[in-house]
Amino acid sequence: MIKVKNLHKSFGRLEVLKGINIHIKEQEVVVVIGASGSGKSTFLRCLNKLEDITSGEIIIDGISLNSDANVNLIRREVGMVFQRFNLFPHMTALENVTLAPQIVRKASKKEALEIGLELMNKVGLADKINEYPRRLSGGQQQRVAIARALAMKPKVMLFDEPTSALDPEMVGEVLAVMRDLAREGMTMVVVTHEMGFAREVGDRLVFIDDGVVAEEGDPVEVFNNPKNPRTQAFLSKIL
Amino acid sequence: MVIDWGLGIENLPILLRGAKITIQFTVVSVFLGSILGLFFALGRMSRIPILKYFCVGYIDFFRGTPLLVQILLIYVGVPHLFGFTMPDNYQYIAGYIALSLNCAAYTAEIFRSGIQSIDPGQMEAARSLGMTQYQAMRYIILPQAFKVVVPPLGNEFIAMLKDSSLLAFIAIEDLLYSGKIIVGRTFQPMPIYLTVALIYLFMTMALSLLVNYTERRLGKSD
Ligand SMILES: Nc1ncnc2c1ncn2[C@@H]1O[C@H](COP(=O)(O)OP(=O)(O)OP(=O)(O)O)[C@@H](O)[C@H]1O
Ligand SMILES: [Mg+2]
Repeated sequence: MIKVKNLHKSFGRLEVLKGINIHIKEQEVVVVIGASGSGKSTFLRCLNKLEDITSGEIIIDGISLNSDANVNLIRREVGMVFQRFNLFPHMTALENVTLAPQIVRKASKKEALEIGLELMNKVGLADKINEYPRRLSGGQQQRVAIARALAMKPKVMLFDEPTSALDPEMVGEVLAVMRDLAREGMTMVVVTHEMGFAREVGDRLVFIDDGVVAEEGDPVEVFNNPKNPRTQAFLSKIL
Repeated sequence: MVIDWGLGIENLPILLRGAKITIQFTVVSVFLGSILGLFFALGRMSRIPILKYFCVGYIDFFRGTPLLVQILLIYVGVPHLFGFTMPDNYQYIAGYIALSLNCAAYTAEIFRSGIQSIDPGQMEAARSLGMTQYQAMRYIILPQAFKVVVPPLGNEFIAMLKDSSLLAFIAIEDLLYSGKIIVGRTFQPMPIYLTVALIYLFMTMALSLLVNYTERRLGKSD
């Protein structure tokens, strides 16, 4: 589903990603961890072309992301959920979800509404469809954001620390939605420090350190006996 | 000479006719200027260098030079440069053009700062859903920026209303020019210009009440 070959990304002189190689299979849930500033967000942003890559290759569902690829074509196949939700504040929850299917996928209003209602129901917010984002709690906003991304029927979902801006009591409701999604077979790349989620839902754990994949493997395996000393040091800090 | 305070009231009909012209020029120029200004704002933020620097140059020129000079450039300079004789009433065309172009430069900066005040995460979210740059602007950024720009646009409206008095210099019969003519006839500058000033004051105050009201309405809706 996703093939990343020797991905490099620099901001001016600062090289953030220094040759990332990774293959992600269909329906796989990959959890990405790493210290702050190690390049996790940059990596995710490269996967849906929010950042141009400096060199290397990314192929998603057979489409190469290198420069002349149709950016919008790829982005609609790749859903993204942000740490800070980024809901559109001037639209209701339902409008947030139904806008893109209509203007990007050219769905009819009726179709979009059907998809929207179904997804709002799925994330457990059927009773909040007409609320504006500022009237929703953080956890609810993030669930709307997930529904919004899913409304485009993406093949892959990217999550960039989806729970780290939330109060602790709201983390569970968002993780539950993500868990359901994984169970239904969505291909997911999740940057998170929720180790319980990584252990339980993750098929693979990837530790990014200083712009490269320093270690990867079965989450439980990596947690229990990390091979790389950098992984050991990192895990001992967060566990 | 005795000051005849009653002259202000006596000449009110003529002055109000001038005020109508003032309002007409202001409304049209702010309307056209805002539309043009939005394009200059977008152009200025564009990544295409020629477009960007053209817009930067335009905005800097019209903000950095006196409006009266701009009026004269368009009223006298342009016909002279292209060697055409000014048609009758050319001063009106020149007046509309000069005020609109000037207003566009100011509103461009208002739109730009309004657009840039929107969290970049909004653009990213829109783009990550597959929206084009245009769709993201149209559906996500501009509706939010619009609320932010209402108060400064209102202020620009008020500034334009006052600055339009420079049109009197090219014999457009606006409020100030009407006053000038009456003064020439009556030699009573104080009552007349004071009345003129009060009419301007009345108009700007009415406008700022309107702006405050709109601002409150917009504030409520979100
Ligand atoms: N647009 C940018 N311009 C310049 N430097 C950037 C930009 N975006 C990220 N960086 C730099 O790239 C490095 C990696 O950033 P990134 O956000 O990918 O880290 P991260 O692993 O997601 O960290 P965190 O856990 O804090 O979210 C940092 O040093 C950051 O300052
Ligand atoms: Mg990050």
